[in-house]
Amino acid sequence: MNAFAGTGRMIRLALRRDRFTAPVWVLALAGFLAATTALWAEELSTVADLIQEMRVTAASPGIRMLGLASGASVGAYTMVRDFLLVAVLAALMSTFAVVRHTRQGEETGRAELIGAAVVGRHAPLAAALIVTVAMNVVLAAVMGLAMVAAGQPAAGSFTAGAAVAAVGLAFAGVAAVTSQLTSSTRGASGMAAGVLGLAFLTSGIGNMAGHPDPSGLWVQSAWPAWLSPIGWGQQMRPFGGDNWWPLALAVGLFAVCAVAAPVLVGRRDFGHGMLPQRTGHAQAGRALRSTLGLALRLQRGALLGWAVGLFGFGLVMGGLVGQVRDSTGTSRDWYTRMGGSDAILDAYRASIMQMAGMAAAIYAVQVLLRLRSEEADGPLEPVLATATSRFRWVAGHAVITVLGATAVVLLFTLGTALAAGGVLGDPAGQLRMLLAASIVQLPAVLVIGAIVIAAVGLVPRYAGAVSWAVLMAAILVGPLFGDTLKLPQWVQDLSPFTHVPKVPAVPLTAAPVLALLAVVAALALTGLVSLRHRDLALPA
Amino acid sequence: MTAPIVVSGLMKDFGSTRALDHLDLTVSAGEVHGFLGPNGAGKTTTIRVLLGLLRRDAGDVWLLGGDPWRDAATLHRRLAYVPGEVNLWPNLTGGEVIDLLGTLRGGLDRVRRAELLQRFALDPTKRCRAYSKGNRQKVALVAAFASDVELYLLDEPTSGLDPLMETVFQDVVRERRESGRTVLLSSHILSEVEALCDRVTIVRAGRTAESGTLHQLRHLTRTCVVVETSRSVDGLAGLPGVHDLSLDGPRTRFSVEQDELNHVLERLVALDVRSLASSPPTLEELFLRHYGDEIASGRTDTELAGVR
Repeated sequence: MNAFAGTGRMIRLALRRDRFTAPVWVLALAGFLAATTALWAEELSTVADLIQEMRVTAASPGIRMLGLASGASVGAYTMVRDFLLVAVLAALMSTFAVVRHTRQGEETGRAELIGAAVVGRHAPLAAALIVTVAMNVVLAAVMGLAMVAAGQPAAGSFTAGAAVAAVGLAFAGVAAVTSQLTSSTRGASGMAAGVLGLAFLTSGIGNMAGHPDPSGLWVQSAWPAWLSPIGWGQQMRPFGGDNWWPLALAVGLFAVCAVAAPVLVGRRDFGHGMLPQRTGHAQAGRALRSTLGLALRLQRGALLGWAVGLFGFGLVMGGLVGQVRDSTGTSRDWYTRMGGSDAILDAYRASIMQMAGMAAAIYAVQVLLRLRSEEADGPLEPVLATATSRFRWVAGHAVITVLGATAVVLLFTLGTALAAGGVLGDPAGQLRMLLAASIVQLPAVLVIGAIVIAAVGLVPRYAGAVSWAVLMAAILVGPLFGDTLKLPQWVQDLSPFTHVPKVPAVPLTAAPVLALLAVVAALALTGLVSLRHRDLALPA
Repeated sequence: MTAPIVVSGLMKDFGSTRALDHLDLTVSAGEVHGFLGPNGAGKTTTIRVLLGLLRRDAGDVWLLGGDPWRDAATLHRRLAYVPGEVNLWPNLTGGEVIDLLGTLRGGLDRVRRAELLQRFALDPTKRCRAYSKGNRQKVALVAAFASDVELYLLDEPTSGLDPLMETVFQDVVRERRESGRTVLLSSHILSEVEALCDRVTIVRAGRTAESGTLHQLRHLTRTCVVVETSRSVDGLAGLPGVHDLSLDGPRTRFSVEQDELNHVLERLVALDVRSLASSPPTLEELFLRHYGDEIASGRTDTELAGVR
């Protein structure tokens, strides 16, 4: 039998399954790009503004890590601000799509059903890659159109679309390989996300270690930027020369992976990965023998990843205190506005702590949604058939989430204090200054966590969508973007992050903290009561 | 002492689908009770209501003398459950799951745990994602039987086991009964129910179709008779209670309702019986009598879709 037999049918199946998911990804990414482009076109309406703003972004190593300056234009400025985020999301879109149509099928057993039909060994992978490539091509075109619609020149707009799709394409290839290496959906996506993190770091370091050219508007990256698919996309320089040849690097990586993955398929058994399955303990350790222990075990992987990530993030942010102290103009204004004080370093401390709080909130949503997946996938059923009450089960996950969120915020604080101490001296003193600011973030994080519990109790089937949407909205209208987006105060007040006291820039007040905690109690109680009174939505 | 499980007039709807429609079920202490029905008849739904995982819409449900919805966690100390579809955490080992579930229930017997692992030939060091369906079921079975509880709720527990393991399972259930425990065994494997159960309840489309001992249920049905007589059997087909009469060379086959058996035998004697074989109805025949019409009209799937 031809190894590719049935690929056409598999493509149709994949398209049918993705008929909502794929358009939502593409439209959301393009819509975000168009909206922010229009926003900056309005904000930076004069050439002088543009030049000043671009010089700041090119001069600051911190901002260079997050975006690459390529000349003074609205389009180029949009690339500095948006490219990294959009490219990471495109990479995730591709990763999820490839894993969904390959490894997930094998893990759930659907692929077995299909493999027994007239479908070749390589057909599912081929179909997954063809569909994902098509998604990226469409994404490139729609993003280009979106930027043209936002008033940008066509050449740069379509280069921008292609640069984002280049990253998506490269990660379609990466995911095709990781899907063969591990035997679980989680593992395959996680490994690809790890490569993505590495790609971000290498391109970021390459840009940080680079230098602005004499005009001060263009950053020449150092060599590490060329090791990363994200770097390749940035080096296409949309709106700054429109250099298309780095796209060949992304296509090349995709091609290598697309050839390697089927070879791996041929060498492994169905349902297994290339990496060996390790055996484990024949008995549960004392730590695992409780709902708390189970929750810790289930959240452990995510906690470790976030702990390392936020500690590193803290080191980077702490290391930037020197630049921030010496900064001028709009970026100084941004920090003082967000930090709520003219004392720039205190304002900076308050603002990065808010970012850490938001990161911890993302962590909280991710791990608490385990409540929903435990119910929907079935492992909850035998647990609740024991002497474990629903309340106890939720409490186990909630306690571990609170402890985990506290730990990641504290690790961020530690990283910041160490790096800032390296620049300014006295790490212990830096830590003391930041400690109150880190703890004060937790009530806002808990509000987001309580929303997840409420969603799981009230609308279990939509708990994931509701939780992520509320989180995104809370971040968007909160102090990080709310002012920039010129939102009215009452809208900004809807975000719990708006109410976090801006310690150490502003003295700590108890009232907003107590108010946030009251909201936490009300939401969590609502969730628990409705969970107690509803049917479990178990698999059939 | 009241019966461990008393369900009467239980109703449960999922949206517009009626899953349970006045279902009755009584399980007495110390018995192995077979809970029979095809896929979608409402067996799993009933057990989930008994576990307080689903809320009843109407009817009375008593579990171990308590209300399974209100007192779920307290009552669960006294029972163990094996789900029909065993979904476990892919990154935990079988041994860890057994200990975890046992501890959450209130403790398990280490000696019995080791013995069961050996009897079911289960490797406890493998991670759950590496187990087959049958092995996941063994994990749940060992976790349940390693706890010494009053009541075992087993939902199609052997659907993934091989015949050898099926025998082990039957031995374990018999041992539990001998120590005075109660077992509710949901199944559609009739030989298993016939081998193990003292009483059975047959459900159909969310309703109790029959309930009683196997003996009683057989009594309600027909005995198969194969007889060879010297004289012609004319007229036999017309007797009350005689069905499906067919001629097979010198032999005549028919089935006869239990109540009419005596009359029919009197008539046969007059025909000069040369040989006679009679067999009690098997559970298959019982089952087919309840579902045969659906199978014949092919309605089972559509009528019962989504009800489980």
